[in-house]
Amino acid sequence: MYDSLDEAVTQAQTDGISLGELALRAEAAEGLRSREEVESALQRALDVMRGAVARGLPGDLRSVSGLVGGDAAKMTKPVGPLAGTVFTEVLAAALAVQEVNAAMGVIVAAPTAGGAGVLPGVLLGLSKHNAISDEKLIRGLAAAGLVGAVVAVRASLSGAEGGCQAETGAAAGMAAAAGIEVLGGSPEEASHAVALTMQGTLGLVCDPLGGLVEIPCVFRNATGGAMALAGIEMAMAGIRFPIPVDEVIDTMGEIGRTMDVRYRETAGGGLAATPTGRRLAKERLVQIRKK
Amino acid sequence: MVSLLDIIGPVMVGPSSSHTAGACRIGLFARGLVGGQPESAKVELHGSFARTGQGHGTDRAIAGGLMGFFPDDERLRHSLELAEQAGLAITFSNIKLRGDPHPNTARITVTRDKQEAVVVGSSLGAGRVLITSIDGFPVEVTGAYPTLVFVAHDEPGIVAAVSTLLAREGDNIATMRVSRRAKGGQAIHIYELDAPASAGALEAMRAVPAIIMLRSIQRVA
Repeated sequence: MYDSLDEAVTQAQTDGISLGELALRAEAAEGLRSREEVESALQRALDVMRGAVARGLPGDLRSVSGLVGGDAAKMTKPVGPLAGTVFTEVLAAALAVQEVNAAMGVIVAAPTAGGAGVLPGVLLGLSKHNAISDEKLIRGLAAAGLVGAVVAVRASLSGAEGGCQAETGAAAGMAAAAGIEVLGGSPEEASHAVALTMQGTLGLVCDPLGGLVEIPCVFRNATGGAMALAGIEMAMAGIRFPIPVDEVIDTMGEIGRTMDVRYRETAGGGLAATPTGRRLAKERLVQIRKK
Repeated sequence: MVSLLDIIGPVMVGPSSSHTAGACRIGLFARGLVGGQPESAKVELHGSFARTGQGHGTDRAIAGGLMGFFPDDERLRHSLELAEQAGLAITFSNIKLRGDPHPNTARITVTRDKQEAVVVGSSLGAGRVLITSIDGFPVEVTGAYPTLVFVAHDEPGIVAAVSTLLAREGDNIATMRVSRRAKGGQAIHIYELDAPASAGALEAMRAVPAIIMLRSIQRVA
């Protein structure tokens, strides 16, 4: 797979194909699996994502600690200024998947379990308002996978290594490329959508209460989806981010490497270290042990 | 090399690829070491597994692995109850393992049919695992391949004999590693294969007098 998104975009432009199509061809060319096998694995991922959204929306699930659950259901009845738009669909789907994850339901790590709501949130939220074939959605997942592979090599996909910018931030960048793919945008638009999205998640810390993938993870998957929508919207309007996407990704890696350990999934800083964060974590962990 | 399917995947039961999917795989490997459903298991959790494991379902994930469930199996959520019903007695405790292992590490002691196996495994992130010790022998096993584990008397010709038996059945070795505690004692052999060892090769290996213990373990990743 590619280790430069800029190079991948140039290649896709030369071949006259989309980023997702390029990703599928590159994966098959590596010889580990045939194109059919890759597509069928991505179809299964898509089916599991749909299942997770459907499981999470009714709002009857609670997380293992009991701290989260039921908020995706609230988002299915939006009353704010964006009610009735794709925006609230994305928030609802992202919350739903992450609530399912926190309740030990089945999800697709994309790129991780902690960031698993963003990509299905954006893709399935978009497809609620636009008729998008599974074939296109699979190419969207492939484009997202290509972005994630570049981030894995150039930066990190682990909150313990790079903070939340490496989990929901990377997932948002992946979702931006997937969104452009399914909306029929160009490889150039995809790369700018990724850059415009990820510039907005730089520096994001990983600060889960009690170290559990619950608070703020569930909500941060929703705001990650919102960040991806912002990147998609700006790129499709013709906005071009002045720093090349590879350099934005490198910056994320650099910030992660120098980020204090308190902000890398240790529950030692950020929201986890607030008085309320500490109290909630302590109460819930005691309760879990009693079970 | 990073594959698209490493990024979009695995399909798994939440909430954490390292604390849940990886933990399940360590349990699966321990089960494989005794060749099936254990009667009892002592699970000792180290580092972050000990600190936040219960909230992440690490205990359920390991119990599920011991029951033979894979990371995408929804029964993981109820595996503690299912294990109890199946007569698998599991105890959990926290431990501080020596030698500064990875923060997400578990030591599992399993028993079945009067045999006992002790495995130490770490969950490295994104669901990947590394088994670092089997019955006190230092090893490095990823579980990404069907794995042949055997302990033999430390004498010349074992590798040649076993690789001949495998070759005769068309079993291809991807990687191999031999380590021992002391010269002339016992050595552990770990062969990662492209496909599970054939019944013929396993039967022939059981007839080799120097081989004391032999296990064929399916892929856990």
